[in-house]
Amino acid sequence: MRSRHHPDAATQAAAERRGRELLLETAGAEALEMYEHLGLLAFEAGGGEYGYLIYPHRPLVGYDARSGELLSEYCVRFADGSDPAAGERLPDADDVLAKWLALRMDEAHTLELANVHPLGRQLDPQMVRRDLASVREWRAAA
Amino acid sequence: MKLLRMTPGKGDVLLAEGDPRVAEDEERLIEEFRRQLDLGMWAAVPLKGDAGRREATMVRDFAEIPEGADRVIFFPRAAGGR
Repeated sequence: MRSRHHPDAATQAAAERRGRELLLETAGAEALEMYEHLGLLAFEAGGGEYGYLIYPHRPLVGYDARSGELLSEYCVRFADGSDPAAGERLPDADDVLAKWLALRMDEAHTLELANVHPLGRQLDPQMVRRDLASVREWRAAA
Repeated sequence: MKLLRMTPGKGDVLLAEGDPRVAEDEERLIEEFRRQLDLGMWAAVPLKGDAGRREATMVRDFAEIPEGADRVIFFPRAAGGR
């Protein structure tokens, strides 16, 4: 029996395609390329002094853009319970875009709403370090 | 102008579309805009800043939508996660 909370794979794939189109139209081609290449977005703030890695359905990870030091995990979610049959989770691309929009619109308020934890609570620090290095390599090659 | 909403399972859906300079369209857009805010959604207007930099602004009233904006994206409010 199919779970009420898991749309079938074809429906999920179609939703993800739509989410990627919206990401392209909203955050731009570079953001979509980064997401498709690395599975995440990097968002730099504070005049380039620091930034966040934006993972789908995982915490934001703050980092010092100059030293590369990883800072904290910011756990924030965008749950939509309006259609129980569809579940609460946005497609991955929409979740990434929601985080990007929230940071763009009001970074301070977004962080106020987040639960803040030391790095490593949910995400493997080694993986995050590799991801940040990949972002830098990807940007250097772009 | 298009009013779009991110949704689980479907991606973005078109809620309403019209020309806000046309009274009938504007009324319909405002009604849908308010309905989404009443449902607890955030409303974001994507913008292009200097040198094509992508920006976005949050709007809490239809009148706050910048002139010339072609879309408003509604999505669930942020909340602390685990």
